Amino acid sequence: MAEMRIVDAINAAMARAMADDERVIVLGEDVGIDGGVFRVTDGLIRKFGADRVLDTPIAETGIAGVAVGLAAQGMRPIAEIQFLGFLYATIDQLVNHAGRLRTRTRGRLTCPLVLRAPYGGGIHALEHHSESTEAMLAHIPGVRVVIPSSPARAYGLLLAAIRDPDPVVYLEPKRIYRAGHEEVADDGAALPLDTCFVLREGRNVTLVTWGAMVVETMMAAGLLASQGIDAEVIDVATLKPIDMATIVASVRKTGRVVVVHEAALSGGLGGEIAARLAEEDGVLRGPVRRVTGYDTVVPLAKLERHYMPSISRIMTAVRETMPSEIPA
Amino acid sequence: MQVATFAVTHHRFLDPSGRTVQPLPAFANDPETLRELYRAMVLTRTFDTKAIALQRSSRIGTYPSSLGQEAVAVGLAAAMTADDVLLPSFREHGAQLWRGVTPTEMFLYWGGDERGSDFAVPREDFPNSVPIGSQAPHAVGVALAMKLRRQPRAAVCVFGDGATSKGDVAEAMNMAGNWRAPVVFVISNNRWAISVPRAAQTAAATLAQKAIAAGIPGDQVDGNDVIAVRHVVGEALHAARAGGGPRVVEALTYRLSDHTTADSAKRYRDQDAVAEAWKEEPIGRLRAYLTGHGAWSDDDECQLIDESTARIDRAAEQYFAMEPAPPSAVFEYLYAALPKALEGQRDEVVQGHHHG
Repeated sequence: MAEMRIVDAINAAMARAMADDERVIVLGEDVGIDGGVFRVTDGLIRKFGADRVLDTPIAETGIAGVAVGLAAQGMRPIAEIQFLGFLYATIDQLVNHAGRLRTRTRGRLTCPLVLRAPYGGGIHALEHHSESTEAMLAHIPGVRVVIPSSPARAYGLLLAAIRDPDPVVYLEPKRIYRAGHEEVADDGAALPLDTCFVLREGRNVTLVTWGAMVVETMMAAGLLASQGIDAEVIDVATLKPIDMATIVASVRKTGRVVVVHEAALSGGLGGEIAARLAEEDGVLRGPVRRVTGYDTVVPLAKLERHYMPSISRIMTAVRETMPSEIPA
Repeated sequence: MQVATFAVTHHRFLDPSGRTVQPLPAFANDPETLRELYRAMVLTRTFDTKAIALQRSSRIGTYPSSLGQEAVAVGLAAAMTADDVLLPSFREHGAQLWRGVTPTEMFLYWGGDERGSDFAVPREDFPNSVPIGSQAPHAVGVALAMKLRRQPRAAVCVFGDGATSKGDVAEAMNMAGNWRAPVVFVISNNRWAISVPRAAQTAAATLAQKAIAAGIPGDQVDGNDVIAVRHVVGEALHAARAGGGPRVVEALTYRLSDHTTADSAKRYRDQDAVAEAWKEEPIGRLRAYLTGHGAWSDDDECQLIDESTARIDRAAEQYFAMEPAPPSAVFEYLYAALPKALEGQRDEVVQGHHHG
């Protein structure tokens, strides 16, 4: 066991996968000697050499397309896009190729690639460095979208993503890359994809979230407990496909739900989760509330805090799901 | 002060009348090799003719003819080994046929059945790429995989003149140059990107010179001279497999057909120019050479037409006879194993609820 932060856990998972399987290679901008702009790939080039840790030109379409070609040849590429804001050039490759190569060749060619990118705001970054547009990616058939929220889940989910026989977009919550640490066993054990994680059990309300917002949501749950509200917290973790069975079971128990995400409200995955709950008979006993980013451009550093979902907004939303029971 | 100079060379062996303009490469001294190329081009044209007829009678969907461009597809495929990997655009029917894709599979694909891209042979070739030029970076990935495994193989990526305007292609050439990836990019310059002529596509004098900015050699070849295509692509592949890095080959040809069966080229191009282009088409050119050298007769021609037509007709019959895939196939190949979350959607399709 070692103390790891999320950034360390991701690095350890890649190193483990590369040591276990020579088909695994890493490519991206500055991933070599520089170790990536967030140092996530730090040291990999020394351990595994420049043949397996490839610095690429600044060409995101090319990086994703090369990864598709490598994957179709049976390699296991892990391609890094420096920020989610630079990933949009890869969407043509994800939609038109990575997500459909297996379907269109009836399994003759497949695409076991991982596309990693840091996402999300709250670090006072430059323009284009704070977005949370995972819903765009989760709309793409044939790919998986995974977002970890702790060092242990970062490690286990990345190993699962690398070993998965299909393409996985793995978004890293950069605000909490170094926010905390925990004991993580570098034992090569993967965690299941397509599965929500119940981080806290509760009876009164279900808080559904993912990524960096898990931090605020868990803090809100702690404060709610002191007010006598017993909140269950679910980390969705795999956003495509979503494990609705776990979420529905939880809300069937609590009757109330708040979805928390950094992404913009409209078209965000909170809407999908709310719709799926509404489609179930007798599950919801109060209005769904969503605590999300706004339908705006993510503000730059000075105004960013007004955009990011806060603990107090989560608390307010929870109370709104149960107006008759808990006075405001 | 001049710091660098570049040149693009044009290669041709047969002129439009089938006369040699320089000594032929060694492989072309064997008449049987040339007859094989000739038969493949005729088979390709026969396939095209049948496919258009099937589209007109609603037996397949929209279809892009390769009429006039047969020498590019056949020539580049003939230069490949079975171990190389082809990444075509969607007009390389002649290359697919040469490499072992069956006309039945091709009718299936153009008829709207994914099974048509599950080639029994060649297993590693990519399916057609409809989004223009987007397969170019795949070819670099394929070639990089070959290089990392130290395999003496190469990838061949084909796209049209229009694709050279895409960033994908520029990025792919640049990366291939960086990594000395064993890939040959063949630009099938048929002068038309649907309605936009080559001259309006780019101010560059040649498309081969797109290679130069990527630091790799670029050559131009008469794309209606199958000997030239086979030779130049062959040399590029030989170099690539031996660690010599990537190359670009611009093959000058002409799209004698509409862009697809959904297009009407009369809307935007002068029929006199098309009539001129017919004088340079590749099949008559090679037939003139073969006939002039006593290597082809009218009887050979009649027999070839009969055999090609019979083979393609047989393939069409096999295509008609195929049972449609079951509705579950919509979900079966989406992921290696269908996620639990999608089982309900699959069951709905399998149980036929979508028919209302």
